[in-house]
Amino acid sequence: MMQSLKTVNGLRIFFEEMGDMAFFAGRFFRELFSSPFEHKELLRQCYIVGVKSLSLVAVTGFILGLVFTLQSRPTLMKFGAQSWMPSMIILSIVREIGPVVIALICAGKIGSGIGAELGSMRVTEQIDAMEVSGTNPFKYLVVTRILAATLMLPILVIFGDAVAIVGSALVENLKGEVSYQLYFIQIFEALKFSDLIPATVKTFFFGFAIGLVGCYKGYNCKNGTVGVGEASNAAVIYASMLLFVLDFVAVFITDIFYGV
Amino acid sequence: MMSSEKKIAPVLELVNLKKSFGDNHILNGFNLQLFEGENLVVMGKSGSGKSVMIKCLVGLLQANSGSIKIKEHDITVLGQTELDVLRTEIGFLFQGSALYDSMTVRENLEFPLRRHKAKLRITESNEVLVKEALANVGLDDAIDLMPAELSGGMKRRVALARALILKPKIILYDEPTTGLDPITSKEIIELIRTVQKKYGTSSLIITHDVDCARVISNRIILLIDGINYTEGSFKELNQSEDPKVRAFFK
Repeated sequence: MMQSLKTVNGLRIFFEEMGDMAFFAGRFFRELFSSPFEHKELLRQCYIVGVKSLSLVAVTGFILGLVFTLQSRPTLMKFGAQSWMPSMIILSIVREIGPVVIALICAGKIGSGIGAELGSMRVTEQIDAMEVSGTNPFKYLVVTRILAATLMLPILVIFGDAVAIVGSALVENLKGEVSYQLYFIQIFEALKFSDLIPATVKTFFFGFAIGLVGCYKGYNCKNGTVGVGEASNAAVIYASMLLFVLDFVAVFITDIFYGV
Repeated sequence: MMSSEKKIAPVLELVNLKKSFGDNHILNGFNLQLFEGENLVVMGKSGSGKSVMIKCLVGLLQANSGSIKIKEHDITVLGQTELDVLRTEIGFLFQGSALYDSMTVRENLEFPLRRHKAKLRITESNEVLVKEALANVGLDDAIDLMPAELSGGMKRRVALARALILKPKIILYDEPTTGLDPITSKEIIELIRTVQKKYGTSSLIITHDVDCARVISNRIILLIDGINYTEGSFKELNQSEDPKVRAFFK
């Protein structure tokens, strides 16, 4: 009995939080299209979210390409299908593994960063100070960060995919004795616009989800410094879960339009 | 002196202000009037609702009932745009200074200017205004430092400079000396007096520091049990026989 009450209460809190987050997202869209626009802060956030994440995305993408190719080679060789390697690698990376892995990495870096920054601003009254000075803190802090994450994540994913392909080409060149030129020709022959478009479109939603959850958790942070840690942690967990849900929806919709 | 002041309209007025958090009733009908050029101190124990009151006053918290008038505008019925305009006439010094961590001292001071300078028809350059505000608080050399590089007293001074940069008519101080050593506290108290004399501002000071109240106040209100329990000059309250009042001044 107690257990079921706890479960019901937990579900109630979960749905309340989802509702709050939906209102938060609604406010984002309302404020997005109303002046004044915080161009300078948006550019600064794009730099922080985008440029400062490049090295992490590059390392992740490179290792992803290396490991994925190394792991796949023996299996394909067993069936004499190593000629399928370039098309399998490019489709797997561009369609699914690249966007999801890089979005998860960004959820950890960007989502937790936004959650912790806004959380500490909330508990040290910096957000209140902004409001008292006659500046809309939601517009200045939240709209710019969500928009920056939404715009930068697709670029980071494309960059990460490119580096992953370089990593994969390196393995094929060293172990399979395939020239770089041939490998890249095979890769681009296998790639179609119908692979690129849905994969890129979904990364905008991934970026939006990372920015939204990070901002929501940080902006509504309570309970002092403990709350800042919780906000940062929850931002990563919620954003990661949301990414998988969005990925499922994206794959489902893609299958309707592009499926066989 | 006070009777003649009370004939003119107050610059700030709270009438029957009530605020609760669930079943926890913080303010139970608090009243306050701040007159032009006055230093009004509100004293009360920790948790008595002083900070809640001051946050209701600037619209950071919504009161359950009562009216809050600033220069005869009831802020409880104002829209966001009108409220933001009215807020430019109010400086707010936060208890923990609330300087923006990611900005230098210069950027902290420029922040209120970027939005309101044109509206307020301030013609001086940001550089001049920032340097003047920092000179007023004796921190000319700190202009390019980050908040993390400042001591507690310096942060409070920069926060005061930021509160003053739009030359507000009313300044609200939330525990201006809390967390500071006695010497720095005295410096901040002296600074508040200097600012009041120089700009002729009306100040509402929330504190439980008796020394601060003694030096700064023209009038003191004691906030006890969510109401203005009593009010008077420091001398009057210091001589009171009421045990609840004595508890503050013994």
